[in-house]
Amino acid sequence: MSQNEPGGGAIIFGTFLLGLMLSQVPLPTSVEWLRPEWVVIILIYWVMALPERVGLGSAVLLGLALDIIKGIPLGLNVIALLVVAYLTLMLHRRLRMFPLWQQAFVVMILVGINQLLFNWFHGLIGTRSDSLIFLLPALVSAILWPWMFVILRGLRRTFRVS
Amino acid sequence: MVFRRCGISSIFRSGSLKARFVILLVLAIALVVLDLKWAKMNQTRAYLSLAITPLQWLVDTPAQVADELSDVLITRTQLIEENRQLRQEALLLKRKVLQVSALTAENVRLRELLNGSQRLANDVALTELIGINPDPFQHQVVLNKGSEDEVYVGQAVLDAGGIMGQIIELSHYTSRAMLITDSRHAIPVEVNRNGFRSIALGNGSVDELELGHVPDTADIREGDLLVSSGLGGRFPRGYPVARITSVQRDPGQTFATVKAKPTARLNKSRHILLVDLSGQQPESLLPEDVVSDEAGTDAAQPES
Repeated sequence: MSQNEPGGGAIIFGTFLLGLMLSQVPLPTSVEWLRPEWVVIILIYWVMALPERVGLGSAVLLGLALDIIKGIPLGLNVIALLVVAYLTLMLHRRLRMFPLWQQAFVVMILVGINQLLFNWFHGLIGTRSDSLIFLLPALVSAILWPWMFVILRGLRRTFRVS
Repeated sequence: MVFRRCGISSIFRSGSLKARFVILLVLAIALVVLDLKWAKMNQTRAYLSLAITPLQWLVDTPAQVADELSDVLITRTQLIEENRQLRQEALLLKRKVLQVSALTAENVRLRELLNGSQRLANDVALTELIGINPDPFQHQVVLNKGSEDEVYVGQAVLDAGGIMGQIIELSHYTSRAMLITDSRHAIPVEVNRNGFRSIALGNGSVDELELGHVPDTADIREGDLLVSSGLGGRFPRGYPVARITSVQRDPGQTFATVKAKPTARLNKSRHILLVDLSGQQPESLLPEDVVSDEAGTDAAQPES
């Protein structure tokens, strides 16, 4: 991913791997809807912090992995993540200036878009939610954002990922 | 194609970004269409799943370790107690098997009298659950056996309580099973008490099945056991599927609303059975004389 830049690719890769793992940890049925969209928020962070390294390409790879994990037609998560990554790329300069709570709000909208697209795709394969509960992960992700931001920024600074 | 762009200077970036986005989006949509329309994509999926497999094992490790630990950290008295219970259970089960073999023999004789076909016994393989689909819309589990272990698509998945679902997707070392409660799943069943046939449909909630198109006048009650009818040839016959929990008969409606609760522990079972219907053998629980007898009479049934 980086020929001309210093190291740290392993850190980015590691966080994505962790995100993929966290997104398939089994949860009890009652709190299944509260699972934050780990992969999406980690992607948003890296795109915001290092837009020249992490972008649409990473979104495609992560989307493919998520499609396999969720067992849905290949490409659906790719589309959703591409849209999120693209919007984040457009917004990244502004996002960096925002205070944390405002960032969290934008993250909620971005994850919400991801969820909307995803729910729409589910309509195509015949399993669509009939309530707005599918938007709950967006809220949980937004609540989690400040912590994720601080942790990931800490990682980035400690290991000098740039 | 994607990564080569990294070196492009930032002046170009915002211009080319849109183009890249559109191209990738079109490619992704093409991929979706390809996956839905072209059967060969299953191979690609299998290889991609293979790449994800280590991740699934890794996620499952804590559960495995907890299992191991609870095996190691057990007191002697507990072991003795467990041993005693298992012995009792084995004794009870043995007694039942004794009865069963006599009954099967009787059943085979009666079937011969009626010129009926034989009942078939199925091969069973043990497997373990290593993952659950994180998507709450879909009731799917990942099992730790795949095409290398001769699992095939459509194979029935059972636990100790009854039928859980069927295999829908294979990778090399893992496979994906759809549970009977998935909203896209349906299983042919019959009421154990009187043989009334119906189809149990999943409705997306984890402990409920619905029976489709049951006439208002059908003899079906709360508490009835539904067993798989084997029609359609996908599921083995006679395994418990669900127990009726409610029957609502509304004279204004064409059909009764019948709900049932699966007997398998769909969201708890970890040890799972895969039933192989491909190499079916005649029932093998019989005493020898009946088996040899049956082999002789099989060819010339009208005489017997």
